[in-house]
Amino acid sequence: MTATAPRSLSSRSPIYEGSRIPTPIPTVLQTTPELQATGDILTINFGPNHPSTHGVLRLVVDLYGEDVTGVEAVIGYLHTGFEKNMEQKTWWKCITYPERIDYVSFQNNEYVFVGAVEKLLDLEIPPKATWMRTLLCELNRIHSHLVWLGTSALELGAISMFWYAFREREQILDLFELVAGYRMHTRYFQVGGLAEDVPRGFYPECRKFCDWMPRAIDDYETLLSRNKIWLERTEGLGLLSAEDAIALGQSGPVLRASGVDWDLRKTQPYLAYHQVDFRVPVYQRGDVYARYRVHMDEMRESVRIVEQCLDRLENMEGEPWIADDRKVVLPPRHELHTSMESLIHHFKIVTEGFRVPEGEVYFTIESPRGELGCYICSDGGAKPWRVKFRAPSYVALEATATLMKDALIADMIAIVGSLDTVMGEVDR
Amino acid sequence: MSDFDSLPGLREERVHAGERTLVVELSDLLEAAESLRDEHGFNFLSDITAVDYLGWGSADVSGYIGTAAGRDINAPMTQGYQVVPLAKPKRFAMNYHLLSVSERPRRVRLQVWCDEGEPVASVIPVWPTADFHEREAYDLMGIAIAGHPNLKRILLDDDWDGHPLRKDYPIGGEPVRFSGEE
Repeated sequence: MTATAPRSLSSRSPIYEGSRIPTPIPTVLQTTPELQATGDILTINFGPNHPSTHGVLRLVVDLYGEDVTGVEAVIGYLHTGFEKNMEQKTWWKCITYPERIDYVSFQNNEYVFVGAVEKLLDLEIPPKATWMRTLLCELNRIHSHLVWLGTSALELGAISMFWYAFREREQILDLFELVAGYRMHTRYFQVGGLAEDVPRGFYPECRKFCDWMPRAIDDYETLLSRNKIWLERTEGLGLLSAEDAIALGQSGPVLRASGVDWDLRKTQPYLAYHQVDFRVPVYQRGDVYARYRVHMDEMRESVRIVEQCLDRLENMEGEPWIADDRKVVLPPRHELHTSMESLIHHFKIVTEGFRVPEGEVYFTIESPRGELGCYICSDGGAKPWRVKFRAPSYVALEATATLMKDALIADMIAIVGSLDTVMGEVDR
Repeated sequence: MSDFDSLPGLREERVHAGERTLVVELSDLLEAAESLRDEHGFNFLSDITAVDYLGWGSADVSGYIGTAAGRDINAPMTQGYQVVPLAKPKRFAMNYHLLSVSERPRRVRLQVWCDEGEPVASVIPVWPTADFHEREAYDLMGIAIAGHPNLKRILLDDDWDGHPLRKDYPIGGEPVRFSGEE
């Protein structure tokens, strides 16, 4: 095993033949007995407290020199029992929880839960709310990709990238603050629509951001896309073929970087995605660099979607932003002073909560990390019987063993980083 | 009539809220899974969810003061179910949410029912991604997965007592280490 063979920058070979998923355990790469017998295997703990594990991921790594011969992901250090907690809360109090599960793509997580409840309630959402949700979900996608870009590049030594990415991230957080009063965990989506109308001044500010963002992405690409060090550290690493990616349940940028043209926004459109024009970036190489390319292209497409949403929203001044269903949605504040019935509805929803009909649904969206699913089961009461999140990061970690095959210890950081995991979502 | 009539062990097929659920016999789970992957094109396992239905439809389980028969109009201030939920065949349900990553995207929910300790066959041979999901179902819900190559706790400590997502697991009842009484 030669540890220091230089990688060619211009290799155009097929990803690989057959499957690289380890057996018998698909998520654990085991050191072969022959290597084990040499007595030169060093087993180390990478994490849980390590600056480049994006939180508290622990990898138990077997090393033979600098080669990774075995790897197992150990998770659970951030387990907080969100799903159990949500069973104790009324439906509308639950909305604050999903945002904290994946604290980087909070709007998408918020939407997947609210969307699932609306599906079970069979509630119709006013167009203004749908468009605003689409807009915020896309802004959030840019935000999430920026955090990914900044931190992953930082881990590979591109420190300046972090400052550039977080400069634009600040602008997005300012937009969220303008809309909801909070920078993160906005809780702006309500079952039935939005919690408040879109504030004055948001559209022009958002326009300014949309004008600026493509130029910022150009800056990032200037710094990284043809940077020799960046290419050396990312090209041909962490290979994953399309078949293996599907077998391992990979989704989002990881799947698209492996050559699968699959985006839930196109294949099962939700919100207003069937009415906007955007492209799904697909790359064939299945390596870390391809995943980087997918993230960059997706940010550009997201800016385009946000602009199209703004075009629509600017003509919706004065339209309702939340459904008119008094059994589910809080009555307008001003009615409480004059209408007894509104007061009763308000009181019932706040104290007892609204009831969701018996049944189970599984609602999925394309979050920045991939297929985000929410399973909810209701017994007809005001609290969920069971809530389960299909966290794309959790599934992404299942691919570590496959990706690490033939990797070096220094590549491990690039590979784990390229999966874009958020540990809050992994451990829930 | 339906595409799934020939599915091994099919007991019930229903569509609710636009989602198709296929309930199969516990013993036929692996055959049904293989058939769904190979003959129906469900090549992508999205998620596995275990649900505990202990106390389903009886009083107070959902934080209510009602009775199994619903609201008791003779006792003021009681709140119950407006409709008594349908009874469930066994205590636990395992839901396999499948997706077809293809030109014709579609979803289906494969469901099996099991009681405490009843072994549920591992579907790792069909979908390798089931690994973490099945470990989670074992860890948090105590489902006895049979044939899993690496069945150990995933989110909780290895020496944790009980399975927290079960309905009989107390809230806030976990022991606190190094408390004042020790």
